[in-house]
Amino acid sequence: MTTEKKEIELLTVSSSDLGMPYEWSIGKYGSRFFQEIKGHKRFLGIRCPKCKRVLVPPRRICGRCFQELDELVELSDTGTIMAFSVVNYPFIDPATGTQRPIPYTYGYINIDGSDNIFSHIINETDENKIKVGMKVRAVFKKREEMEGNIRDIKYFEIIR
Amino acid sequence: MARRVAIVGTGQTYHKSHRLDVNGRELINEAVTRALADCELSIADIDAIIIGNMDHFESINYVDTWSVEGSGGYMKPIMKVTTGGTTGASVAIAAYYHVASGLFDKVLAIGWEKNSESDTTAAIVTCSDPIWDRFSYSGAIPSLATEASAYMEQYGATQEDAARVAVRERSHALNNPYAQMYNRPITIQDVMESAMLAYPIKLLDVCPRTDGACAVVFAAERVAEKIAVNPAWVKSCSVRHTTTWFGDVDYDTGMLSLQRASKEAFANAGIKNPVEEIDVAELYLPYSYAGLKWIEAIGFCGPGQGPKFIWDGNTDMGGKLPINPSGGVMCTNCIGATALLRVAEAAIQVMGKGDARQVPDVKTAMATGFGGCWWSDVVILSKEKP
Repeated sequence: MTTEKKEIELLTVSSSDLGMPYEWSIGKYGSRFFQEIKGHKRFLGIRCPKCKRVLVPPRRICGRCFQELDELVELSDTGTIMAFSVVNYPFIDPATGTQRPIPYTYGYINIDGSDNIFSHIINETDENKIKVGMKVRAVFKKREEMEGNIRDIKYFEIIR
Repeated sequence: MARRVAIVGTGQTYHKSHRLDVNGRELINEAVTRALADCELSIADIDAIIIGNMDHFESINYVDTWSVEGSGGYMKPIMKVTTGGTTGASVAIAAYYHVASGLFDKVLAIGWEKNSESDTTAAIVTCSDPIWDRFSYSGAIPSLATEASAYMEQYGATQEDAARVAVRERSHALNNPYAQMYNRPITIQDVMESAMLAYPIKLLDVCPRTDGACAVVFAAERVAEKIAVNPAWVKSCSVRHTTTWFGDVDYDTGMLSLQRASKEAFANAGIKNPVEEIDVAELYLPYSYAGLKWIEAIGFCGPGQGPKFIWDGNTDMGGKLPINPSGGVMCTNCIGATALLRVAEAAIQVMGKGDARQVPDVKTAMATGFGGCWWSDVVILSKEKP
């Protein structure tokens, strides 16, 4: 799936609901990533022509190869846990100014068909029930609730 | 061709969790004053200053100018260098570059942090990408915990193995009155019974939050030997950065940046067998599992051999290669100063000024810095001129 020339809506992400004065540009491939989730509930990666790795989220430059990328790759909504951590301690979320709800599980997930790690949340906080190597599937928000940001993926759940 | 450079003086604060009696500038001034006293120089002798701390931690911009009263930088060239966890090593290496270039003879490197002035985790979270990573990222501890969980899975290392590292650091800090955790020894049982912060990291597996500062004076060859009887010569410095994204780091290959930086630093220092040729190491180990895995990346032992190397006592005081006689990062972590403390402590060992924490007959010492997305700095110091 090489990048088509069609115009896409370019998205931004606001720093928070509290009116912090930041508005970050996602860029064209990142915008496509969120639109692909909204449209098809699947992930989008991008292949580096030099090192051949498929990277998620898609970005314009391969950091290792310093190479411009343009070959988008459709991926599924499943992956493998490469590493994880159950967060049990309280801290202030700088995006909201309030305490991040705990416990939650921070997960490094290798999305099937990609060659790097996507970080997100896994909905299992019992460390005896989660292991490196387990398969997971993304759970998305309802389409009408999606906003074009990372929270459109609610979490990953373990496929048991 | 780079000029020869030596460290001629070091100074640090008595590190505490909260120094409410001083503001940041005054904290910096304590370290600077001690460093100048250590090498019997006055601030007028200093040609330039490099200063650094963590972005966002105290919500202070332009730390170079903001800190002038503390650093003594009025009407001097000052540069701020900030590279996350490696900031302290980066200010040291930048000071080295200044002197090695031939443009400055005596340069003061300063690292500092007043962790009590903000929520450390909230501040660290701002280092992650705001669009993709910040939503799930929760600061240093879970980021390290993911590495630890993968390492345990790969090599069968245990929580007790890591606890042994935590016990070593606290036991070494018994000899260092500057350490925040001075005189607070712990046992493996204490570590195992401490609160689980983020599996597999427990409270006693991880560094504290500290208010503290460190200052180090670098001097050119032609003045260094006049200033100090036993200067600590800079043999080599290496810096390796990784990627923009946490998810692009290849966790299975170990700490690649530390492998590469160590390899280059050893080669440039003429070190062929690090375990035999390095007498003491002050390593930036922010949590106990790093004391297992990262010493493998450096090459002190093979992949998966970290636990055995530690249990055999090699890294204890009196062992083959003592690591962190100061108690290290797990006993003191004023983050912008932390990696500079590693360099300062390595210099102290080479200069023979370690008092109770001195390792006998140190010729060569190693210091490292570690930063967020798995980047590394390595500094090799020696009694012997490069």
